[in-house]
Amino acid sequence: MVRTVRSCDVVVVGGGIVGAMVAWFAAREGLRVVLVEPNAPGAGATATGMGHLVVMDDSDAQFALTQLSLDLWSELLPELDAGCEWTSSGTLWVARDDEEMGLVPAKATFYRERGVKADVLSAREVADAEPNLAPMAGGLRVPGDRVVYPTNVAARLIGLAQSRYGLQRLDGRVVALDGTATLEDGSRIEAGWIVNAAGANANDLSPGLPIKPRKGHLVITDRYPEFLRHQVVELGYLKSAHAMEQESVAFNAQPRATGQILLGSSRQFAGDRAIDRAMLARMVRRALEYLPGFARLSCLRTWVGLRAATPDKLPMIGPAAPGSRVLLATGHEGLGITTSTATGRLIADLIVGRASPIDPAPYLPHRFAEVAHG
Amino acid sequence: MVDALVVGAGPGGLAAAVALAECGLSVVVVDENPAPGGQIWRSSDGSVHHDARAWSGRARAAGVEFRQGCAVFDAPAVGDVRVVEGGSASRVRSRNVVLATGARELHLPFPGWTLPGVVGLGGLQALTKQGFPVRDRRVIVAGTGPLLLAVAAHVSAQGGRVVGVFEQASWHRVASFGLALAACPDKAFQGSALRLECADAPYRAGRWVVEAEGRERVERAIVTDGRRTESFPCDVLAVGYGLVPNGELARLLGCGLAADGSVPTDARCETVVPGVFAVGECAGVGGVDVALAEGTVAGLAIAGSPKLASAQRSRRKERGFARRLEVAFALRPELKKLPEAETIVCRCEDVRWRDLHVRSDWREAKLATRCGMGPCQGRVCGAALRFLAGYGPEDARPPLVPVPARCLAAFDTERAEGQE
Repeated sequence: MVRTVRSCDVVVVGGGIVGAMVAWFAAREGLRVVLVEPNAPGAGATATGMGHLVVMDDSDAQFALTQLSLDLWSELLPELDAGCEWTSSGTLWVARDDEEMGLVPAKATFYRERGVKADVLSAREVADAEPNLAPMAGGLRVPGDRVVYPTNVAARLIGLAQSRYGLQRLDGRVVALDGTATLEDGSRIEAGWIVNAAGANANDLSPGLPIKPRKGHLVITDRYPEFLRHQVVELGYLKSAHAMEQESVAFNAQPRATGQILLGSSRQFAGDRAIDRAMLARMVRRALEYLPGFARLSCLRTWVGLRAATPDKLPMIGPAAPGSRVLLATGHEGLGITTSTATGRLIADLIVGRASPIDPAPYLPHRFAEVAHG
Repeated sequence: MVDALVVGAGPGGLAAAVALAECGLSVVVVDENPAPGGQIWRSSDGSVHHDARAWSGRARAAGVEFRQGCAVFDAPAVGDVRVVEGGSASRVRSRNVVLATGARELHLPFPGWTLPGVVGLGGLQALTKQGFPVRDRRVIVAGTGPLLLAVAAHVSAQGGRVVGVFEQASWHRVASFGLALAACPDKAFQGSALRLECADAPYRAGRWVVEAEGRERVERAIVTDGRRTESFPCDVLAVGYGLVPNGELARLLGCGLAADGSVPTDARCETVVPGVFAVGECAGVGGVDVALAEGTVAGLAIAGSPKLASAQRSRRKERGFARRLEVAFALRPELKKLPEAETIVCRCEDVRWRDLHVRSDWREAKLATRCGMGPCQGRVCGAALRFLAGYGPEDARPPLVPVPARCLAAFDTERAEGQE
């Protein structure tokens, strides 16, 4: 039996937004890149993300990655077509009570000291900014945050990288990484570098990764232009995202370019894609505490996505083990759309042997091995 | 907890309700429309159609509770069916569910089909009953199946001028259906009566509309027989390509669908999910008599009635007729070429054929173009794309119909089995 063997510089496993960005940044360097994906671009977790591009302040490492990402997104936006539906709606973090409001000044200072514009809003200013919100104690507006339609971004970038930089796209499923990438049909791709960007499925190819699927629900409404102006997120969101308990919900609502309202978020450690009615109900009830008028909006559809969660909430970007030619680009949890750009950049820098704009150490996968051994 | 929940108050649902209640079982019927009767028994003047009145009267007399204007939006389990009524959610708990969800018309997109004046066949019938004026208008009726003649007759009766009736099936197939009709004397009578009522209109088989032309609204229909095209001036163009079963609720309950979109059932009209029965059009398009027969079978089967065997015989006979219908009016492959690049396929989201025909499946089409993601949730374009592009359906998820957000938050749900 003759097996097809291709060779290239980089093979990217996974055509979600992370794989697409890795392929884009690598191909732009003049590398010969092959991207392998059995489904349509961005059809996995990418399609189930909100597409919120957000600078996060929960840790210095998360901040550095998200800030670099937002900068890279700004450079990328002119390449995107109308189907990518990007808007610059900004994020409005809202405080329900004085205790939450007490956290706002420090949060504002954190952003400002690092060059990110952030405005502290009084209760009155929050009400003016978002008239449909229940009375809040105040909030913080981060105007530089954006929204995109991630599936079409992934498709667009893969298409552009093909036409402009000679990216090759293969419809297929990689079943093994053992020095080469082996596809389901037995053919092999020899590459200098193999990038595992398979999201929550990354474990199938690189066993033993500390990645667990973390299920989330979304609801989308009919079109209600002007119902919301910003992506509105409760200040307790990080508490939910970082909670160690099995299940949590947090209010997170987004106005789409279409005028629809997209509602999140729920978190539970589970690997199935069935709608969990109890969780969905809890998530909607949480939203009603913030947006009472949401109760009457007509909801068209609900769905579930699986985040690739790591123990320390940071992604895994870099060699699977020190010196390995298999690079990981996974574990982005709920921030994969935002941090896909910086991920692509860090991987491209690593491959061409160039220093990155930020320190890549906090995202190196072997940090978990060190913890385990030490 | 009631013995049975019947979803849909068309002929199948009504027959099931009557059979159940007359055997002494407790029954709730939920139905989206303001009055019972479904699509077929819809009266022209706002009152309840006489057959619907007779059947629903009999059901009420036997103790059936009707909830009109009530739609199922979720069904986590047989005993937990969630309905929305006046914008509020409630839950029906029952031991059995009878799906009598009917069918919807298949609309295939063709150039000009979004022009004002172009309507569905069923749509035209419903519109005229609501006062849409056809008097002295030139009306073309096209598509496929016995509904063509029924609609043409209806338009004539309302004073419209039927200037053409175009059946896509070949003369050969229509003629063999005619022979089949002769084997069912009561139905042959119906068919010929319809034929007589619109005797002035040219009924032509083996022809289909490829385009609607006009500036502000439809002015002409372009009709072909596959070799030559002709242009027919008209004011109204009604087109329908038969019916597709409404299978969304069945799928949510775990039934799975056959290739034609129908819900598979056994001799008792029970689906693969114990306690879930499917009758009438949703179990395979077949008309009123099939629906009545199957509703009765399902009702008697649930009740454990000794009359079941004879009801099953009449069901088999009616299904036989339905199968002949299906063969006679199968859609010709040329119809897959109806849409042109610029033809809108998804009317909710304005998605054109040029953006769709390159997609490999329904999910990719939806993600890339938002096709089928508007208020109708793909009920129209999903069925068209199944025919045009071979797309299978995506998984069914709640809500089955758009509901106010409060309905999704309504229940302090105990976890369904199998969930963590």
